[in-house]
Amino acid sequence: MSDHPPPGTPVLELRGVHKSFGPVEVLNGIDFAANAGEVTALVGDNGAGKSTLVKCIGGIYSMDSGAYLFKGQPVSVHLPKDAAALGIEIVYQDLALADNLDIVQNMFLGREKRGRFAALDEASMEKEAAKTLAGLSVRTVKSLRQRVASLSGGQRQTVAIAKAVLWNSTVVILDEPTAALGVAQTEQVLQLVRTLADQGLAVVLISHNMRDVIQVSDRICALYLGRVAADVRTADVTVSDVIQMITTGAPPDKKTVANGAEGDTVAASGAVAATSGGSA
Amino acid sequence: MSATEVAPNLSKEPAAPGTPAPAGTESTVQVESPSLVDYGREYISKVRGGDMGALPAILGLLVLCVAFAILRSRFVSAINFANLFTQGAAVTVIAMGLVFVLLLGEIDLSAGFASGVCAAVMATLTAEHGQPWWVSILAGLGTGVVIGLVLGFLVARVGIPSFVVTLAAFLAFQGTVLLIIGNGGNISIRDETIVAISNKNLPTYGGWILFAVVVLGFGASQLMRSATRRRGGLQADPFSVIAVRTGALAVLAGLAVYALNLQRSRTAIVSLKGVPIVIPIILVLVVVGTYVLNRTSYGRHIYAVGGNAEAARRAGINVVRIRISCFVICSAMAAVGGIIAASRATSVDPNAGGSNTLLYAVGAAVIGGTSLFGGKGRIIDAVLGGAVVAVIDNGMGLMGYSAGTKFIVTGCVLAVAASVDALSRKRAASTGRI
Ligand SMILES: Nc1ncnc2c1ncn2[C@@H]1O[C@H](COP(=O)(O)OP(=O)(O)OP(=O)(O)O)[C@@H](O)[C@H]1O
Ligand SMILES: [Mg+2]
Repeated sequence: MSDHPPPGTPVLELRGVHKSFGPVEVLNGIDFAANAGEVTALVGDNGAGKSTLVKCIGGIYSMDSGAYLFKGQPVSVHLPKDAAALGIEIVYQDLALADNLDIVQNMFLGREKRGRFAALDEASMEKEAAKTLAGLSVRTVKSLRQRVASLSGGQRQTVAIAKAVLWNSTVVILDEPTAALGVAQTEQVLQLVRTLADQGLAVVLISHNMRDVIQVSDRICALYLGRVAADVRTADVTVSDVIQMITTGAPPDKKTVANGAEGDTVAASGAVAATSGGSA
Repeated sequence: MSATEVAPNLSKEPAAPGTPAPAGTESTVQVESPSLVDYGREYISKVRGGDMGALPAILGLLVLCVAFAILRSRFVSAINFANLFTQGAAVTVIAMGLVFVLLLGEIDLSAGFASGVCAAVMATLTAEHGQPWWVSILAGLGTGVVIGLVLGFLVARVGIPSFVVTLAAFLAFQGTVLLIIGNGGNISIRDETIVAISNKNLPTYGGWILFAVVVLGFGASQLMRSATRRRGGLQADPFSVIAVRTGALAVLAGLAVYALNLQRSRTAIVSLKGVPIVIPIILVLVVVGTYVLNRTSYGRHIYAVGGNAEAARRAGINVVRIRISCFVICSAMAAVGGIIAASRATSVDPNAGGSNTLLYAVGAAVIGGTSLFGGKGRIIDAVLGGAVVAVIDNGMGLMGYSAGTKFIVTGCVLAVAASVDALSRKRAASTGRI
């Protein structure tokens, strides 16, 4: 965990990302950055393109065009393992767990620990899994050797989150991680999000819960119909500003925008959003 | 006792299974017994939840054996007992290969005739081109690998449903066998080594050495596993459970070796006794296959692809390569099965690997508890299911039923097994056990 860039510098940067599914243009020139030591909230209405953007970052989808920079260097990410190799961990909205495997097996899937004779080192995997889950205050799981199929929605989500924080990663992206969680678990996850950022990781949180977003994030990036409607510092906006960004795609008043550079982006993309609104 | 209490279950609450020892069980007896009871209870709740594992196959096997033993005393003779193994060996091996493909949720309908093609290649080389046995066998296995690569490529890379690809291959391979051997033809195999595979036995002491290796190996691997977990402070199988398992295996294997070492020859001149050579061959395949599936990350990835291919992909697993490799394993195992069958018949005819071979092999895997829906199955399932199929075939043969009746009965058994699979899956879905 020592090689995190200094806080505030962009670790992950996307520039001008386009992505279409057939004729449907889902991402329309997205600029996005996640800074070390910060929680970046990615918000937007249903269908705005948040999950699609995350899947492009994770190498699940390949971008049609756009630049992908990691720690300032252009990189090519075409497969999930490319993203994992960079230290990018993602909890997908449609949880990627194999129902027929147990909790430990899922948490280490694709990155199993091996001992002698290429055999799996089950004991040490189970121990690490237990430690990580204990850190997430999981109390209701009966056994780590339980099939994931037998878990509740929230428990599955916790396993998916545990899977992502198990690794010494640089970027952690959580796509609506608290959607299925109870009050205590939600608090736990938000706390975890904060802790990860304080440890120097770049954290991206997607959520529809404005209270959570305001509480935990340092920056808010709002998507509107596949474009960036606004990219602001959380301290500068109110809940109603954020809701306005999400629902109308209009950025908050200029004065609230944090710094010049970001202000430009916001103004530019805001203008584009307005154009698209006109043509629709 | 130690196991349930030492275990660092995540729960800080005392919710470990079986911890609240209910009234009714005698709580005063020895230390180990609660864990055995726990295991029994856990197993029952598993079965109730729809995770029946090998239970239907074992029960079926018992019922069938008892029924045939009552109906035909010849069924329990030494010679018939040995026959069961040599008759069932080829189908069992093909079924083991099918388990890999079934785990993916795919099917290989061409495995039967693939075994025929491989056997024909081997027979041609040894009988008509005078190649040594090992060249012929390797060529047969190589043919299986190539077949698997082609099938796997078409399914995993091109994206044709495996049902269609292997149905096409079924027809094509049937034709291939015909072309290699010629209509009405027959290649007989004289090579002693190849013939020995299905027709010769280990010396009696060899049977007991095999017995010792199997039982000690099983016990030792279980103990080592338990010790490693205990050292790591994890829930481990208690000694009593390991002792019961190993003891049960020792009794069954001991009885089998004893029975196979009885004199089977009817004449005084030739001696016919000992463990058939196919048995150690199958044991090696079972051990290797089980190790690969349960103890290696490759095996873990096969289950993951079968359970949720998208999750596997996102975990960085090369799903296409896993799929292709499973088809290769399946066809290569079919080649082994074909060679065993050819050795038993000491010849290969145009129908090699045809007629009931495929149905029996798929039946064996499914009857043993491998799911047709993917993600669930074990190598040992193929052996248990293979035993059921062999007993049905053998027992009904002894009772004088025609091939037609045998086919109908085996078909019905497969349908029943598939229903058990589907129903227990439904039940598992409702109780969350999958
Ligand atoms: N695989 C796909 N094929 C075609 N269209 C897709 C696909 N995935 C997403 N879309 C479309 O892309 C748009 C954005 O979807 P996305 O899942 O990124 O939204 P989102 O912002 O994550 O929404 P939510 O808040 O509901 O999760 C939607 O209109 C959706 O219909
Ligand atoms: Mg989404």
